[in-house]
Amino acid sequence: MKINSLPPQPVKQPEAPVCETKLRTENINLFYGKFQALRGVNMEITPCSITAIIGPSGCGKSSLLRLFNRLNDLIPNARVEGKIELDGVNIYERTIDVVELRKRVGMVFQKPNPFPMSIYDNIVFGPKQHGNNNHAELDKIVEKVLRQAALWDEVKDKLQQSALNLSGGQQQRLCIARVLSVEPEVILMDEPCSALDPIATLKIEELMRSLAENYTIVIVTHNMQQAARVSDMAAFMMMAPDRAGELVEYDETSHIFTNPKDKRTEDYITGRFG
Amino acid sequence: MEIRATYHKKLKGIQDDILAMGSMSSKAILNSIEALKYRNIEQAKQIIDNDVIINQKRFEIEEKCIELIATQQPMANDLRTIVAVLNIITELERIGDYALGISRIVIMIGDEPPLKPLIDVPRMAEKTVDMLRRSLEAFINHDAESAKQISAEDDLVDNLYDQVYRELLVFMMEDPKTITRATRLMWVAHNLERAADRVTNICERTVFVITGKMEEIGASKY
Repeated sequence: MKINSLPPQPVKQPEAPVCETKLRTENINLFYGKFQALRGVNMEITPCSITAIIGPSGCGKSSLLRLFNRLNDLIPNARVEGKIELDGVNIYERTIDVVELRKRVGMVFQKPNPFPMSIYDNIVFGPKQHGNNNHAELDKIVEKVLRQAALWDEVKDKLQQSALNLSGGQQQRLCIARVLSVEPEVILMDEPCSALDPIATLKIEELMRSLAENYTIVIVTHNMQQAARVSDMAAFMMMAPDRAGELVEYDETSHIFTNPKDKRTEDYITGRFG
Repeated sequence: MEIRATYHKKLKGIQDDILAMGSMSSKAILNSIEALKYRNIEQAKQIIDNDVIINQKRFEIEEKCIELIATQQPMANDLRTIVAVLNIITELERIGDYALGISRIVIMIGDEPPLKPLIDVPRMAEKTVDMLRRSLEAFINHDAESAKQISAEDDLVDNLYDQVYRELLVFMMEDPKTITRATRLMWVAHNLERAADRVTNICERTVFVITGKMEEIGASKY
């Protein structure tokens, strides 16, 4: 056989470096003054996934979520021990620029909180703050993120109208679009649907599923069914007898809701306590 | 606008799995009859070995259903579909077991000379597999009318079974030396008759998904 007649050999592609962990907490303790709110929380969050944090009221879910973009820095007397790494870098290092961190790790809150300005201005607010004043680019960003947030078709003809005229569900999707406008890597969501009706809730959940193809999402929710529907991984937290929040179980959502390992998780999800 | 597209995609995936499993069970039945026809012990052994794959498929689908129930709160038609799937996979798994039963009989028969040319037994198998394929199509297409009609066709398989039974009885009466061979063929026919009954159960589940009513639509005379 001539060499030329040999079939082409597949060229081995160099493998892209894969970071297995986007966020990692190591033995996190959080104190508000003398009160310990979180104890010994260890978890690893993979990129491009949705992680839900569930648990009874006061167990430290939101406190943990807020640690991921250092929102607790704003609370006087709050003190954090342990490490939280974003792509392997401890975000509690002194050298970390918190503004840059919050650009990479965006937050969507419980109540839709659009700024009292036009839909367009809500979206471009972040990019402008980060120094982008190019109109053509800003227009592109507005269309791109509104499409990503599944809101474009509903608002494309009224971009200059006040964002406050939108429905609650639309306002929340606008807030998600606003977070996307600064190209974050992680999106934190604190009860993002608790102020919405069931249909608007399902729309946000479906939006989360599509966003999870490109972003890492961490959601805190009181709604256990929502955590079950939307997340890939679920973390169950509860208060220890001394009221410090601890991570009881962290596993794939399908396992947590069909065969949890810890009796306390089982009792919580089956409504035996909570 | 379809709001819960991700969830509905998973539900659709389970229905595709049902078709794949149905095809595995159908193939097992047809192959077992082919092994009988050609006294192919190796093929029979292969069918017995492959039964474990059908069983695994059933567990795999069952797990997906449990996960959907636990995480997605299916309602109304979706809930009935998942409940129906849980029943249908049991029927498909049993149909696979009938193929396994026939294959064991093929091994028992070994190289004994055939009692008679096989005509009605293969017909029973073909009819059963045809009913099975169409019953799953009716399930996927939410076609209650077809499901009822397919269920009624079980009478054809029952009639063929009667015919085989009578014929073999005559053989046994005429020559008691044929009793062992005739009985084995009777077992084969019985397995096929049971497989067709399982298809009627699938049809019942299809009607349940569409109407929400649990009713027996084609009680077999056996």
